[in-house]
Amino acid sequence: MTTDDLLTVSQFSVSYDVTPPVEAVRDVSLTVRRGEILGLAGESGCGKTTLAYGIQRLLKPPAVITSGSAVFHDESGEDFDINTMDEIQMRAFRWEKASMVFQGAMNALNPIITIGAQLQDVFSTHRPAMKRAERRLEAGRLLDLVGVGSNRLRSYPHELSGGMRQRVMIAMALALKPQLMIMDEPTTALDVLVQREIIEQISELRAEFGFSVIFITHDLPLLLEISDRIAVMRDGRIVEIDTARNLYENPTHDYTRRLLASFPSLTGERGGFVRRPDEPALAAEAGSI
Amino acid sequence: MTTLEFRNVSKKYRVRGSGDLLALDKVNFTLTSGQTIALVGQSGSGKSTIAKILTQLERVSSGEVLLDGTPIPTWGRPLRRYRQSVRMVFQDPFASLNPAHTIRHHIERPLRLDKVVPADQVEEEVFRLLTRVRLSPEQTIDRRPHELSGGQRQRVAIARALASRPKLLIADEPVSMLDVSIRLEVLNLLAELQREANLGVLYITHDLATARHFSDEIMVLHHGKVVERGKADDVILRPQHDYTQALRNASPDPEKHFAAPTTTPGATS
Amino acid sequence: MRFFLRRTAFYAFTAWAAITINFFLPRMMKGDPVSAYLQKNQGRISPEAIDSLRTLFGLDSNKSLLEQYIDYWQLLFSGDLGRSFSKGLAPVTDVIASAIPWTVGLVGIATVISFVVGTAIGAFIGWRRGSRADGIVPVATFFSTVPYFWMGLIAIAIFSTTLGWFPASHAYDKGTQPSFTLEFASQVIMHGFLPALTLVIGSLGGWILGMRNMMITVLDEDYVTVAQAKGLRPSRVLVNYAARNASLPQLSSFAMSLGFIVGGTLVMELVFSYPGAGKLLLDATTAKDYPLMQGLFLVITLTVLVANILADVAYAILDPRTRQMEA
Repeated sequence: MTTDDLLTVSQFSVSYDVTPPVEAVRDVSLTVRRGEILGLAGESGCGKTTLAYGIQRLLKPPAVITSGSAVFHDESGEDFDINTMDEIQMRAFRWEKASMVFQGAMNALNPIITIGAQLQDVFSTHRPAMKRAERRLEAGRLLDLVGVGSNRLRSYPHELSGGMRQRVMIAMALALKPQLMIMDEPTTALDVLVQREIIEQISELRAEFGFSVIFITHDLPLLLEISDRIAVMRDGRIVEIDTARNLYENPTHDYTRRLLASFPSLTGERGGFVRRPDEPALAAEAGSI
Repeated sequence: MTTLEFRNVSKKYRVRGSGDLLALDKVNFTLTSGQTIALVGQSGSGKSTIAKILTQLERVSSGEVLLDGTPIPTWGRPLRRYRQSVRMVFQDPFASLNPAHTIRHHIERPLRLDKVVPADQVEEEVFRLLTRVRLSPEQTIDRRPHELSGGQRQRVAIARALASRPKLLIADEPVSMLDVSIRLEVLNLLAELQREANLGVLYITHDLATARHFSDEIMVLHHGKVVERGKADDVILRPQHDYTQALRNASPDPEKHFAAPTTTPGATS
Repeated sequence: MRFFLRRTAFYAFTAWAAITINFFLPRMMKGDPVSAYLQKNQGRISPEAIDSLRTLFGLDSNKSLLEQYIDYWQLLFSGDLGRSFSKGLAPVTDVIASAIPWTVGLVGIATVISFVVGTAIGAFIGWRRGSRADGIVPVATFFSTVPYFWMGLIAIAIFSTTLGWFPASHAYDKGTQPSFTLEFASQVIMHGFLPALTLVIGSLGGWILGMRNMMITVLDEDYVTVAQAKGLRPSRVLVNYAARNASLPQLSSFAMSLGFIVGGTLVMELVFSYPGAGKLLLDATTAKDYPLMQGLFLVITLTVLVANILADVAYAILDPRTRQMEA
């Protein structure tokens, strides 16, 4: 029996064990439905990346999960509780069920190994039955799928442009056809034209393979266009979670409103944005920012 | 009234192994005090090259840059005076302030070097400038940059730029490295200051939305060429050039997105 | 490819420059170390030997500078570096050739072992930062700071004198003739064990620390997190992602140390009376044996150059980014 929910996160908390301790994620509960794009919006330091790492148990000390659970409802009907799996089960889970596209592919690819090798070692780890020729073929297919081209199998990361590297990251994350892809600021460092191409690519792939996406970024307008639902995070908590349209048209939380107001409309009216001398500063008192 | 003019400016870089890189290709524009122009371009468009030329960190390969009709000086006291009139605010609020010096030092230095006010009025002027950028002087003046937030640091950078009472301000991606909810205020501040001092502002950015609302005119830069220029609203709402249209269509526009009858996430409007 | 050609050209030029400087040096010095000796020993040296000595030391001023230079190069190509005053007028080339294999062999092998073992330990310790394995670091550092001769003498005292496991000095048993037999080989190994051991222990600390620090830096990099996120086995992440990147700077250091092999382990050679090039140089200097000294300097210079070439090549093979930068 498969439910509609793919991932259930309940009262998840992560803190950094330093003095004084920093609570990076506080009591976060949310669900990700099968096949949906959930946007996770927030500014730097709000905990969105920590949350993403946390639910995959990728956190490094001093970060530690202090409470809560994250349960993955596999399409086979089985439930995987992130907290209870041991190291070996976790390794098998990773990338197979849920994979991640990292921020700033500048540093996310091993600089001294070809991208083909980096794609292939996913297969050699998770699909040991595959022969070398099969692995290479599949890696080439993945590169074709994302528009990089199988002829770049032997290229090194520094030989590719930023946009291409990001596509390689997407190809890599797609390799085992996971049910959930977590994308952490995947287009932030890119040209707006390249960004649009990559977003469209992701949409096409999602239409074809049906995976869910958690899309993490501070770029709220982008999220509004591509997400089904959006969760707004601040100071480790989710302050509001709703469909994209509702969030845009009827934001309930102050912070959501403030975030929305920070992005002037491209083609709409100026609204409350700059150049109104009588408009009070939207932030707190002077000297505090 | 002060006028800065780029006349047929081209800039070539020598790249070892792959020939020459033409960073700027016969760029023409004029910036007058009281006017705000946005220079919009993606990475590699040449916009940082223009900023570097304006601060004389790079020289043009051909063409001229004229301030009030005379070519900008390349050395000595005339260059110093040029630098007083044309100031820059940089993108990275951390990198543009010296971590070893106090905020007071940062603002005092241009005041003293350019002899903007007599020596006994310097402290007062520092206070005035900090207040003007909406920072509390008492709380910030003896701090060092790492003790301030990104937004605060950028305000210090603005105060420092304004210390020498320039006529023209070059703002190179002034808010792109700041937290999203802070950007608005800093841009608002710049707009205020621009009106107050009748500055000419060149706002260099990749973001079309803020470019449209912040400036009077927009210039679109692509591979070193100015492909479109016009009033801000015209360029964004009725773009003529293919590239501008592509930029406009690629930029997220939730308002349009939600106004359309059927919207599928991820599709371009 | 362009990269390799550029580097080769660069090194060829450097070698040429070094040899040319070697040519000019004696000619720029005041005084003349060789004439007096030649006069004293006229009967015992062959005319060709006298000629080559004159060319090497700038005494053939009757010829033009260009001719001297050409003669010099001809001598070098024929392998004639003059005659050694302190070694009974034996050809310098022969003298050096008898010492170099010991030095390069022993010290070379010791350096390689030390590098490989040290880097591996350092990688492991860096991987398990904060565990008890960190305790190895102060131990290894201790042995690096201990005066080498002290360590060597202690080693002799324990393993040789007391336990009698290994011989205390020389490269092979007295009276034996060097030959390619198994028996001779085993002698070499026995005699070389203590010197090699002490060399390795003394330099291990540096490699361990260096690698450990690089590992810690690399482990913080995004691509290591990505590798872990991909569910790769820890061993694979350690080797392919972390250690490979972390060992790159180590390689440069290794190249440097290769250059020091010849002539750099004088203390070891003294403690163990090992017939290496370091001791040879010391003896030559004491005896004012100029031809031998000059010959050794040249050899050392060229060895360092070769070591650097090897390091450059290795680095370029391991780090593809270098190739692009230079091309």
